[in-house]
Amino acid sequence: MKKRLVFWIAVSLFIAGAVSLLASNHPDGYEKAGEQLGFIDRATTYLHSPLPDYAIPGVHSWLSTSLSGILGVAITFVLFLLLGKMAGKRR
Amino acid sequence: MHIPDGILSPAILAAGAAVSVVVLAKSVQESKRNLEQTAVPIMGVMAAFIFAAQMVNFPLLGAAASGHLIGGALAAYLFGFWPTTLIMTTVVTIQAVVFQDGGISVLGVNILNMAILAPLAATVVYKLLQKTKVPVSVMIFIAGWVSVVVTAGFAALQLGASQVVSYQLALQTLILWHAIIGIGEGVITVAVVPFARRSSFFLGGREERLR
Repeated sequence: MKKRLVFWIAVSLFIAGAVSLLASNHPDGYEKAGEQLGFIDRATTYLHSPLPDYAIPGVHSWLSTSLSGILGVAITFVLFLLLGKMAGKRR
Repeated sequence: MHIPDGILSPAILAAGAAVSVVVLAKSVQESKRNLEQTAVPIMGVMAAFIFAAQMVNFPLLGAAASGHLIGGALAAYLFGFWPTTLIMTTVVTIQAVVFQDGGISVLGVNILNMAILAPLAATVVYKLLQKTKVPVSVMIFIAGWVSVVVTAGFAALQLGASQVVSYQLALQTLILWHAIIGIGEGVITVAVVPFARRSSFFLGGREERLR
Protein backbone atom coordinates (compact mmCIF):
# COMPACT_ATOMS: atom_id res chain seq x y z
CA MET A 1 0.00 0.00 0.00
CA LYS A 2 2.88 2.35 0.81
CA LYS A 3 4.11 2.26 -2.79
CA ARG A 4 0.65 3.11 -4.06
CA LEU A 5 0.39 6.08 -1.72
CA VAL A 6 3.76 7.38 -2.90
CA PHE A 7 2.56 6.99 -6.49
CA TRP A 8 -0.59 9.08 -5.85
CA ILE A 9 1.38 11.78 -4.05
CA ALA A 10 3.84 11.88 -6.97
CA VAL A 11 0.99 12.21 -9.47
CA SER A 12 -0.62 14.95 -7.34
CA LEU A 13 2.68 16.85 -7.13
CA PHE A 14 3.07 16.56 -10.90
CA ILE A 15 -0.46 17.87 -11.52
CA ALA A 16 -0.15 20.75 -9.03
CA GLY A 17 3.46 21.58 -9.96
CA ALA A 18 3.41 21.13 -13.74
CA VAL A 19 0.00 20.46 -15.30
CA SER A 20 -1.36 23.48 -13.38
CA LEU A 21 0.79 25.71 -15.61
CA LEU A 22 -1.49 24.78 -18.50
CA ALA A 23 -4.64 25.79 -16.59
CA SER A 24 -7.01 28.22 -18.27
CA ASN A 25 -6.91 31.77 -16.90
CA HIS A 26 -10.49 32.49 -17.89
CA PRO A 27 -12.95 33.15 -15.06
CA ASP A 28 -14.63 30.03 -13.68
CA GLY A 29 -18.35 29.40 -13.98
CA TYR A 30 -19.26 31.35 -10.84
CA GLU A 31 -17.11 34.37 -11.77
CA LYS A 32 -18.38 34.28 -15.34
CA ALA A 33 -21.99 34.31 -14.15
CA GLY A 34 -20.98 37.15 -11.80
CA GLU A 35 -19.62 39.15 -14.73
CA GLN A 36 -22.79 38.62 -16.72
CA LEU A 37 -25.09 39.49 -13.83
CA GLY A 38 -22.82 42.22 -12.45
CA PHE A 39 -22.37 40.83 -8.93
CA ILE A 40 -18.69 39.92 -9.18
CA ASP A 41 -17.81 43.61 -8.72
CA ARG A 42 -18.89 43.26 -5.09
CA ALA A 43 -16.15 40.68 -4.47
CA THR A 44 -13.52 41.67 -1.93
CA THR A 45 -10.99 40.00 0.36
CA TYR A 46 -11.10 40.05 4.15
CA LEU A 47 -8.10 37.79 4.73
CA HIS A 48 -4.81 38.23 2.94
CA SER A 49 -3.40 34.78 2.37
CA PRO A 50 0.31 33.95 2.13
CA LEU A 51 -0.04 32.58 -1.42
CA PRO A 52 -2.93 34.53 -3.00
CA ASP A 53 -4.26 33.01 -6.24
CA TYR A 54 -1.75 30.16 -6.08
CA ALA A 55 1.22 32.47 -6.51
CA ILE A 56 4.22 33.43 -4.40
CA PRO A 57 4.15 37.21 -3.97
CA GLY A 58 7.08 38.86 -5.76
CA VAL A 59 7.97 35.81 -7.83
CA HIS A 60 6.98 36.40 -11.43
CA SER A 61 7.64 33.18 -13.26
CA TRP A 62 6.20 29.73 -13.71
CA LEU A 63 7.98 28.80 -10.48
CA SER A 64 5.47 30.88 -8.54
CA THR A 65 2.49 28.71 -9.52
CA SER A 66 4.50 25.53 -9.54
CA LEU A 67 5.87 25.92 -6.01
CA SER A 68 2.47 27.07 -4.72
CA GLY A 69 0.91 23.91 -6.10
CA ILE A 70 3.60 21.67 -4.60
CA LEU A 71 3.23 23.38 -1.22
CA GLY A 72 -0.55 23.04 -1.41
CA VAL A 73 -0.37 19.29 -2.05
CA ALA A 74 2.03 18.86 0.89
CA ILE A 75 -0.09 20.98 3.26
CA THR A 76 -3.30 19.20 2.25
CA PHE A 77 -1.82 15.73 2.78
CA VAL A 78 -0.22 16.55 6.15
CA LEU A 79 -3.26 18.41 7.47
CA PHE A 80 -5.57 15.55 6.51
CA LEU A 81 -3.30 13.03 8.27
CA LEU A 82 -3.51 15.08 11.48
CA LEU A 83 -7.25 15.58 11.16
CA GLY A 84 -7.87 11.93 10.27
CA LYS A 85 -5.79 10.77 13.18
CA MET A 86 -7.89 12.86 15.57
CA ALA A 87 -11.26 12.12 13.95
CA GLY A 88 -10.74 8.39 13.25
CA LYS A 89 -11.27 5.38 15.52
CA ARG A 90 -8.88 4.98 18.41
CA ARG A 91 -6.47 2.15 17.88
CA MET B 1 -17.53 27.70 -7.54
CA HIS B 2 -15.41 29.28 -4.78
CA ILE B 3 -17.46 32.26 -3.63
CA PRO B 4 -15.40 35.35 -2.68
CA ASP B 5 -16.01 37.68 0.29
CA GLY B 6 -18.44 40.55 -0.15
CA ILE B 7 -21.14 38.95 -2.28
CA LEU B 8 -23.54 37.03 -0.05
CA SER B 9 -25.52 38.63 2.78
CA PRO B 10 -24.40 38.16 6.41
CA ALA B 11 -27.56 36.17 7.18
CA ILE B 12 -26.78 33.65 4.42
CA LEU B 13 -23.13 33.44 5.51
CA ALA B 14 -24.23 32.70 9.07
CA ALA B 15 -26.86 30.18 8.01
CA GLY B 16 -24.37 28.37 5.75
CA ALA B 17 -21.75 28.26 8.48
CA ALA B 18 -24.29 26.93 11.01
CA VAL B 19 -25.41 24.10 8.71
CA SER B 20 -21.79 23.19 7.94
CA VAL B 21 -20.84 23.07 11.62
CA VAL B 22 -23.75 20.74 12.41
CA VAL B 23 -23.00 18.40 9.49
CA LEU B 24 -19.25 18.34 10.21
CA ALA B 25 -19.90 17.55 13.88
CA LYS B 26 -21.89 14.57 12.68
CA SER B 27 -19.06 13.64 10.25
CA VAL B 28 -16.55 13.56 13.10
CA GLN B 29 -18.95 11.49 15.19
CA GLU B 30 -19.30 9.00 12.31
CA SER B 31 -15.51 8.82 11.89
CA LYS B 32 -14.96 8.16 15.58
CA ARG B 33 -17.21 5.13 15.19
CA ASN B 34 -16.29 3.87 11.71
CA LEU B 35 -13.09 5.35 10.31
CA GLU B 36 -10.17 2.93 10.54
CA GLN B 37 -6.78 4.56 11.09
CA THR B 38 -5.40 2.51 8.16
CA ALA B 39 -7.78 4.38 5.84
CA VAL B 40 -6.52 7.83 6.85
CA PRO B 41 -3.41 7.95 4.60
CA ILE B 42 -5.48 6.75 1.61
CA MET B 43 -8.00 9.53 2.17
CA GLY B 44 -5.09 11.94 2.69
CA VAL B 45 -3.60 11.24 -0.73
CA MET B 46 -7.04 11.61 -2.27
CA ALA B 47 -7.40 15.02 -0.55
CA ALA B 48 -4.01 16.02 -1.98
CA PHE B 49 -5.02 14.71 -5.42
CA ILE B 50 -8.29 16.66 -5.36
CA PHE B 51 -6.44 19.82 -4.32
CA ALA B 52 -4.06 19.35 -7.26
CA ALA B 53 -6.81 18.56 -9.76
CA GLN B 54 -8.79 21.64 -8.69
CA MET B 55 -5.85 23.82 -9.75
CA VAL B 56 -6.24 22.77 -13.37
CA ASN B 57 -8.96 24.95 -14.85
CA PHE B 58 -10.09 23.54 -18.17
CA PRO B 59 -11.29 26.00 -20.82
CA LEU B 60 -14.90 25.85 -21.92
CA LEU B 61 -14.54 25.70 -25.69
CA GLY B 62 -15.81 28.76 -27.46
CA ALA B 63 -16.39 30.77 -24.29
CA ALA B 64 -14.09 33.02 -22.27
CA ALA B 65 -14.74 30.91 -19.21
CA SER B 66 -13.28 27.88 -17.47
CA GLY B 67 -14.19 25.22 -14.98
CA HIS B 68 -12.40 22.83 -12.69
CA LEU B 69 -13.07 19.61 -10.84
CA ILE B 70 -14.80 19.73 -7.45
CA GLY B 71 -14.02 16.11 -6.62
CA GLY B 72 -17.02 15.49 -4.38
CA ALA B 73 -18.42 12.75 -6.62
CA LEU B 74 -14.98 11.10 -6.88
CA ALA B 75 -14.38 10.96 -3.13
CA ALA B 76 -17.99 9.96 -2.42
CA TYR B 77 -17.71 7.01 -4.82
CA LEU B 78 -14.51 5.79 -3.16
CA PHE B 79 -15.18 6.51 0.50
CA GLY B 80 -18.88 7.32 0.96
CA PHE B 81 -20.52 10.55 2.04
CA TRP B 82 -19.33 11.10 5.62
CA PRO B 83 -15.56 10.58 5.08
CA THR B 84 -15.81 12.68 1.92
CA THR B 85 -17.05 15.71 3.86
CA LEU B 86 -13.81 15.61 5.88
CA ILE B 87 -11.64 15.31 2.75
CA MET B 88 -13.42 18.15 0.93
CA THR B 89 -13.53 20.39 4.01
CA THR B 90 -9.75 20.07 4.34
CA VAL B 91 -9.26 21.06 0.70
CA VAL B 92 -11.73 23.97 0.73
CA THR B 93 -10.34 25.35 4.01
CA ILE B 94 -6.73 25.29 2.81
CA GLN B 95 -7.77 26.98 -0.43
CA ALA B 96 -9.42 29.82 1.50
CA VAL B 97 -6.76 30.30 4.18
CA VAL B 98 -3.53 29.71 2.26
CA PHE B 99 -4.48 30.61 -1.32
CA GLN B 100 -7.26 33.20 -0.98
CA ASP B 101 -9.47 31.01 -3.18
CA GLY B 102 -12.94 31.46 -1.70
CA GLY B 103 -13.54 34.18 0.90
CA ILE B 104 -12.82 33.58 4.57
CA SER B 105 -16.24 34.93 5.58
CA VAL B 106 -17.81 32.56 3.02
CA LEU B 107 -15.90 29.50 4.22
CA GLY B 108 -18.99 28.02 5.88
CA VAL B 109 -21.04 28.41 2.69
CA ASN B 110 -18.24 27.14 0.46
CA ILE B 111 -17.87 24.08 2.71
CA LEU B 112 -21.64 23.57 2.56
CA ASN B 113 -21.62 23.77 -1.24
CA MET B 114 -18.49 21.86 -2.19
CA ALA B 115 -17.80 19.63 0.83
CA ILE B 116 -21.36 18.68 1.75
CA LEU B 117 -23.91 19.30 -1.04
CA ALA B 118 -21.70 18.14 -3.93
CA PRO B 119 -20.88 14.73 -2.38
CA LEU B 120 -24.45 14.45 -1.04
CA ALA B 121 -25.90 14.90 -4.53
CA ALA B 122 -23.44 12.34 -5.92
CA THR B 123 -24.27 9.90 -3.13
CA VAL B 124 -27.99 10.17 -3.89
CA VAL B 125 -27.28 9.38 -7.57
CA TYR B 126 -25.16 6.34 -6.57
CA LYS B 127 -27.94 5.09 -4.29
CA LEU B 128 -30.60 5.55 -6.97
CA LEU B 129 -28.62 4.02 -9.83
CA GLN B 130 -26.72 1.20 -8.13
CA LYS B 131 -29.71 -1.12 -8.29
CA THR B 132 -30.38 -0.40 -11.96
CA LYS B 133 -28.56 -1.89 -14.92
CA VAL B 134 -26.81 1.39 -15.73
CA PRO B 135 -23.09 0.66 -16.37
CA VAL B 136 -20.84 1.81 -13.51
CA SER B 137 -18.99 4.38 -15.63
CA VAL B 138 -22.27 5.94 -16.80
CA MET B 139 -23.47 6.09 -13.20
CA ILE B 140 -20.25 7.81 -12.12
CA PHE B 141 -20.47 10.31 -14.99
CA ILE B 142 -24.06 11.19 -14.07
CA ALA B 143 -23.12 11.56 -10.39
CA GLY B 144 -20.28 13.93 -11.30
CA TRP B 145 -22.49 16.04 -13.54
CA VAL B 146 -25.38 16.14 -11.07
CA SER B 147 -23.06 17.06 -8.17
CA VAL B 148 -21.85 20.16 -10.04
CA VAL B 149 -25.27 21.26 -11.27
CA VAL B 150 -26.93 20.77 -7.86
CA THR B 151 -24.11 22.73 -6.19
CA ALA B 152 -24.54 25.52 -8.74
CA GLY B 153 -28.27 25.51 -8.06
CA PHE B 154 -27.68 26.01 -4.34
CA ALA B 155 -25.07 28.71 -5.04
CA ALA B 156 -27.74 30.48 -7.12
CA LEU B 157 -30.32 30.18 -4.32
CA GLN B 158 -27.77 31.72 -1.93
CA LEU B 159 -27.38 34.68 -4.32
CA GLY B 160 -31.14 35.05 -4.60
CA ALA B 161 -31.65 34.84 -0.84
CA SER B 162 -28.92 37.47 -0.38
CA GLN B 163 -30.94 39.71 -2.75
CA VAL B 164 -27.91 40.14 -4.99
CA VAL B 165 -29.80 39.15 -8.13
CA SER B 166 -33.18 37.58 -8.79
CA TYR B 167 -33.54 33.86 -8.11
CA GLN B 168 -34.51 33.28 -11.72
CA LEU B 169 -31.49 34.99 -13.27
CA ALA B 170 -29.10 33.44 -10.77
CA LEU B 171 -30.48 29.94 -11.36
CA GLN B 172 -30.51 30.28 -15.15
CA THR B 173 -27.00 31.66 -15.46
CA LEU B 174 -25.22 29.52 -12.88
CA ILE B 175 -26.91 26.29 -13.95
CA LEU B 176 -26.18 26.97 -17.62
CA TRP B 177 -22.42 27.37 -17.06
CA HIS B 178 -22.23 24.49 -14.64
CA ALA B 179 -24.19 22.16 -16.90
CA ILE B 180 -21.17 22.52 -19.19
CA ILE B 181 -18.56 22.37 -16.42
CA GLY B 182 -20.33 19.28 -15.02
CA ILE B 183 -19.40 17.36 -18.19
CA GLY B 184 -15.74 17.91 -17.25
CA GLU B 185 -16.44 16.75 -13.70
CA GLY B 186 -18.09 13.60 -15.01
CA VAL B 187 -15.34 12.80 -17.50
CA ILE B 188 -12.50 13.33 -14.99
CA THR B 189 -14.29 11.31 -12.29
CA VAL B 190 -14.89 8.40 -14.68
CA ALA B 191 -11.24 8.57 -15.77
CA VAL B 192 -9.77 8.57 -12.25
CA VAL B 193 -11.90 5.85 -10.59
CA PRO B 194 -10.22 2.90 -12.42
CA PHE B 195 -6.80 4.06 -11.17
CA ALA B 196 -8.14 4.36 -7.63
CA ARG B 197 -9.65 0.89 -8.05
CA ARG B 198 -6.29 -0.52 -9.15
CA SER B 199 -4.77 1.01 -6.01
CA SER B 200 -7.57 -0.59 -3.91
CA PHE B 201 -8.64 2.84 -2.71
CA PHE B 202 -11.97 1.73 -1.36
CA LEU B 203 -12.99 1.65 2.26
CA GLY B 204 -13.83 -1.90 3.35
CA GLY B 205 -15.78 -3.50 0.53
CA ARG B 206 -17.60 -0.31 -0.39
CA GLU B 207 -17.54 -1.00 -4.07
CA GLU B 208 -19.23 -4.37 -3.72
CA ARG B 209 -22.02 -2.72 -1.77
CA LEU B 210 -22.35 -0.07 -4.44
CA ARG B 211 -22.90 -2.54 -7.26
